[in-house]
Amino acid sequence: MKKKKFNVKDFLIGNNTYVIFLVLFIVCALLSSTFLEPVNLVNICLQQSGPILVALGMLFVVLTGGIDLSVGAVTALSSCCAYVLMRDYGQGLGAAFVVAVLIGLAMGLLNGILVAYGKMQGFVTTLATLSIGNGAALIVSQGAPVRCSNIPSVGAMASKDYGYPIVIGCVIIIVIMALIQQYTSYGRIVIACGSNSTAVQLAGINVKRYVCSCYMVSGLLASIAGMFIASRTQTAASTLGKGGELDAIAACVIGGASLAGGKGSVIKTVIGALTIALISNIMNLKGVPAYPQEIVKGCIIIAAVLLQIATDRTESAV
Amino acid sequence: MEGQYRLEMKNITKHFGGVKALTDVSLKVEPGEIHALIGENGAGKSTLMKILSGAYQRDSGQIFIDGGEVKITNPKESKDLGIAVIYQEFMLAPDLTVAENIFIDKLSGGKGIINWKKLRADAGAQLEKLGFDDINPNAKCGSLSVAYQQVVEICKCLTRDAKILVFDEPTAVLTFSEIEKLFEVINKLKKRNVSVIYISHRLEEIFRLSQHITVLKDGAYVDTVETGGFDKQRLVNMMVGREMTDMFPERHAKIGETVLKVEDLYAGKMVQGVSFEVRAGEVLGFNGLVGAGRTETMRAVFGADKKESGKVYYFGKEVNWKSPQSAIREKFGLLPEDRKKQGLLLEQSVRMNTTLACLSKVTRHGWIQHKKEKKFVKEVLGSIQTKYGSTEDNANSLSGGNQQKLSLAKWIAADCKCVVFDEPTRGVDVGAKTEIYKVINTLAEKGIAVIMISSEMPEIIGMCDRVVIMRNGKVSGEVEKNELSENIMIKMAMGV
Repeated sequence: MKKKKFNVKDFLIGNNTYVIFLVLFIVCALLSSTFLEPVNLVNICLQQSGPILVALGMLFVVLTGGIDLSVGAVTALSSCCAYVLMRDYGQGLGAAFVVAVLIGLAMGLLNGILVAYGKMQGFVTTLATLSIGNGAALIVSQGAPVRCSNIPSVGAMASKDYGYPIVIGCVIIIVIMALIQQYTSYGRIVIACGSNSTAVQLAGINVKRYVCSCYMVSGLLASIAGMFIASRTQTAASTLGKGGELDAIAACVIGGASLAGGKGSVIKTVIGALTIALISNIMNLKGVPAYPQEIVKGCIIIAAVLLQIATDRTESAV
Repeated sequence: MEGQYRLEMKNITKHFGGVKALTDVSLKVEPGEIHALIGENGAGKSTLMKILSGAYQRDSGQIFIDGGEVKITNPKESKDLGIAVIYQEFMLAPDLTVAENIFIDKLSGGKGIINWKKLRADAGAQLEKLGFDDINPNAKCGSLSVAYQQVVEICKCLTRDAKILVFDEPTAVLTFSEIEKLFEVINKLKKRNVSVIYISHRLEEIFRLSQHITVLKDGAYVDTVETGGFDKQRLVNMMVGREMTDMFPERHAKIGETVLKVEDLYAGKMVQGVSFEVRAGEVLGFNGLVGAGRTETMRAVFGADKKESGKVYYFGKEVNWKSPQSAIREKFGLLPEDRKKQGLLLEQSVRMNTTLACLSKVTRHGWIQHKKEKKFVKEVLGSIQTKYGSTEDNANSLSGGNQQKLSLAKWIAADCKCVVFDEPTRGVDVGAKTEIYKVINTLAEKGIAVIMISSEMPEIIGMCDRVVIMRNGKVSGEVEKNELSENIMIKMAMGV
């Protein structure tokens, strides 16, 4: 066999997620002197601890060829329930966390059953559960923010004194998810299901169970994300995580995942989420008003995806 | 002299990146002739036809139609010149009706409003012309059998007054009666002075139909010969560039105990009381028309479809597999007919494809041992001489024959004791066919019971120890190797 020469073009194409991130990072550093300050960078990490988890859950669903629009609603519902338990029923953070996670899993299970066994389309199913989740969150929170500022352990989750537990938690979960995807048969089969579910079914694998489990992973991570996000202001609300599904999908796609399933990577999705975070961050630093920010973000996502498609084409043309 | 040809392609060259796909290839087709184009997979037939249809651009060379040079830069120009291609994978919209598909680009006849009644009547008339008046113009294309879908596809091209019609492996999905009808259609086209370019791996058909044969090999032009008076063996040698003495390699398998026994199986309309058995080391053929229930029988045994009644014994023990999982757990594998849709993960690595059905072999507590897996994959693929670049390459980078071997490797890796092959050589070239036969022989010699569903007579006769023939969901006959002949099988399959 011929030895493959190192080819700059191939390298750039294969790693375009990282390249985009790096270029953006450098541009940000040049544009604003405050960008590279530790406070700002730590802030980005704190901010993204939640959204990255949501994106990773989304990734597993996307790998199977599905989509989970309910993640934002799950984020809100689980954190509202947990905070109400702590504020009104005197429960500790541990118990509240467990309840949040259970709610996330239950919502995921509902999605999974409807999609895998009820043969509903992921888009429609999760659109419905998004509405259900939002409504439930409004009922639980009675439409008002749920504050738990007098519970020290809640504040500690996002505090420097304890080494930013949510950032550490987020990193641990990223590592676990990356290992699962790379090194377990579970991760392998999830990708296979998205690639060609008929072939996987005929290879004697229970495709439905795997698809269902991916929605549960998504629900689980969304609920943990809800707890992380709420801890920063020690407040849960029914608006928490609103629109989070779009950022999560964008993160997956910028990270090279295919919405048709079968293609995507944990690490690249994390980079994708951070890319979106950088865009928001630099615009905040430069004082771009909030409304135009949304438009710029949308445009940059389109550009990133077009780039992905272009590089995909070069790969398959060989 | 050039004026006498309907189509002349001169010195066509095409590169893909650094790879030469075609070098100085020429093709001359007379008006109203059936011209066969043959060569092994990867010889450049498809590339040449894609250049003709405007899907690819040639790097150099000229194309003449009726003596005048033409430039084909996109599919529309090709269509306007009267060139139509019927691909192996049909260009039909499965959710639209037959009539809608046939007239897809002129639904309203330029009026803006669709006259449904007329559309249906026109479609019906077109179908009747081909002798397929049993196809309902109102039926959704997706609900038709593959064979009928092809008829619709042909119909679609005919309504566009094509002067040059390219058939790419048209009979791969058809059986006797349908092939006969297709040949009638093709001969009718010939009488209408349409030029037909006919690509097929089936030499019998080429000799029956064509007037000239052009042979390609490795992207280069070998020769064009007159079909009359040429013999098959010489043609095969030209294609592969080496002596092909024996299509069907010899097998030294010892036939042992009964592995699978099926009694009075019922499953839906297509399986109406099927009984058969297969023994270790035996190759059992399943023949019959498309839609006779061969695939459906096997799917029901495998647990992919529901069984209504009947008994299945596996190594003497009664089993009732409700899903493929249970069948595979007991080492029973099925190689589906459509490897691209049902057998392979085309966008995933060779490694992943091989170990899909036996991940537990290369994992410890759910964790994949990557080194062990790579070694295992190389061993398995090596044992059946699969050609691939690296274990990390995507499955679709392999040639057709090797893709088929890859989907088979999955069952070898899973140590199957009984394997069903559904049309194992469909769409693969002569050389690769022999390779697949060798693999089947190796399996039988290892004592594995092999069931081979096939519509190709020579293959059934050359490979099988015993053949079960099905008709209308029932077994219409069983023939031992020494009594096998095409005649007997056709009679049983058609119920004459």
